[in-house]
Amino acid sequence: MTAAQTVFGSLKHFEKGHVDVIDDNPKHYVLSNVFEVASKSKPYEKVAVGQNLRYVIEAIRAEGTSPWYTASHDESALIMDGTVEIHLIKPEKALVPDSKEGTVKLDSEPKGKKMGWIKAWRGHMALLPKGAAYQFRSAAPAVLLLQTIKGDHTIERWADICQTE
Amino acid sequence: MSTATPATTPSAKKNLGYKTFAIGKFGFERDEYFAHIHYPGGVQTMPVDAFLRALMRDVGWGFFYGTVNFDHVIGTINHYGTVELFAGLLNEAYRSKNLHYVETFDSKDLKKVFEQMLDDWTNEGFDPYAAPDETGNAYGPKRGNNTKALKRERIVSARMVGLPGDLPYRTDAAGQFINRQFTDVPQDSPEVHAEPGFEGEVHAFNMFAYASRSDVTWNPSVVSNVKDSQICATTEEYILPIFHGNDRVEWFIQVCDEITWEVADGKTGNPRAKVTMKAGDVAAMPADIRHKGYSPKRSILIVWENNDSTLPKRYSGGELKPYPVEF
Repeated sequence: MTAAQTVFGSLKHFEKGHVDVIDDNPKHYVLSNVFEVASKSKPYEKVAVGQNLRYVIEAIRAEGTSPWYTASHDESALIMDGTVEIHLIKPEKALVPDSKEGTVKLDSEPKGKKMGWIKAWRGHMALLPKGAAYQFRSAAPAVLLLQTIKGDHTIERWADICQTE
Repeated sequence: MSTATPATTPSAKKNLGYKTFAIGKFGFERDEYFAHIHYPGGVQTMPVDAFLRALMRDVGWGFFYGTVNFDHVIGTINHYGTVELFAGLLNEAYRSKNLHYVETFDSKDLKKVFEQMLDDWTNEGFDPYAAPDETGNAYGPKRGNNTKALKRERIVSARMVGLPGDLPYRTDAAGQFINRQFTDVPQDSPEVHAEPGFEGEVHAFNMFAYASRSDVTWNPSVVSNVKDSQICATTEEYILPIFHGNDRVEWFIQVCDEITWEVADGKTGNPRAKVTMKAGDVAAMPADIRHKGYSPKRSILIVWENNDSTLPKRYSGGELKPYPVEF
C-alpha cells in the first residue's frame, strides 16, 4: 500500500480549480481560491470569498499585528496556512450593540480583562467569542478564513477573484 | 402501512431472505444485485449497493436540505415535516410524457420504512457510509446485518466542537482512528492559554485532525456556528451516492486534495457545468441545481450551510435569486 499523500494549499503553492460550463454562467459558481486571494491582499483585508445572504466567509492575509476587533456574535477563525496568535480581552463594557452585525474594528486596545491567547497553525479552528475583543499577530504571512456576518469592513471584489468566463 | 408487497419481478419469487416493503403505492424489493422500486406506472431498478448508500444518506440526514435524488428517476423532497417520494418528477423526459409519480408522507412514517428496509437489506460486512475500499460487498442472499453501522447520524455542534457540553473531540480511545488516507495529516493541538475563568471561551481545536478521524464519507457534520451559518466538515471518497438538489445556496470549501462536481439542472436533470475544486478553492452551488461529487482520494471538504428555515420558500417563490452573488 502506498503512503497517503494529502495535498494542502499554501500561499507559496496553490493550484486553482475551474468551472467547465455546459449550459450556465460560470459567475454563478463564484469560484475563487483563498490562497490566491490572500496572495493579492493587504494584511488584514477582509475579503469575502463566500456569501450566503448576510453570512460571509472572509479570506484574510494575516501578517504583522492586526487592529483590535470585536463582534456582537460569535465568529470563528480557521487557519489555512502559517501560524497566527490570537489575543483576547473581555471588555469592561459591551463595545457594540447586539443589533450590530459583522466584525467591528476598534480604534485601540480596549480596557478590560485579559482572557488569554491562542497560538494556532494550519488546520486549527479558534472561537472568537461574542463580545470579546481580539487581535491577530503573525510574524510571517499566514492565511485564515473567518466565519462571520457581512459587516462594515467586509470587502467584495468578486470580479477580481472569481472565474468570470 | 404494510411491509409486504406482491411479487412483481422474478427475483421476488426467490427465497433470498430479504423482506419486501411498501408505503402508499410504492413497493420495494431486492435481489442479489438490485433494488427494485415499484410505483404506479413503472418499476425502477438500481444496483443495490448504490441504493443502500443513497438510502443511508436520506435516513441519516433526515431527508437533508431539499432533494435527495437516488438516481435520475427516484428521490425524495424534504418539506420539513412531510416528504415527497417520487419517481420521474425531476426528469424532463418522464415529466414531458406524464410518466412521473409522487406521493407525500409524514417524514416519520417514510423514515420508519426506510430504516427498516436499510436494516433488513444491509448485509453483515457492508457499510453504506464507508468508501468502497473500506467495506465488504452488498450483494448476494441475506447474510446477517450491520445495524450498528446504520445507527450513525449526522452530528451537529451547538457552538463549536470541543467546548464544554458540545461535541467531543474524536480520539483513538473512542475508537475514532485516523483514516488510512489521512495518516499524514498532523494531529497536533493549538496552544490555548486561557486565564482563570475563561477556560470555556478561549478555545481552539485541530479541525483538520478532527475531520481526518471521520469514519464516514459524504456525511457533513456541523463543527462551528455563527447564528444560522454552519461550517460542516466532511470527508469524501469515491462518489457522492446521491445527486443532491439543495433548496438553498450551498457553499463548498475544498480543504485538501480535489473533487470534481457534476452539476445538472435541479428540475430537469440536464447538464449545466462541471466544477473542479482544488485545495483552497471556494465555490457556490446555486439553489436551482443538483450536484454529485467525485473524489479520487479521500479529501476534506467544508460544506457551508445557511440553516435559516425560511429559505426554501423564499428561493422557490422567487424572492431570492438562485445564485448568491451578482458581479
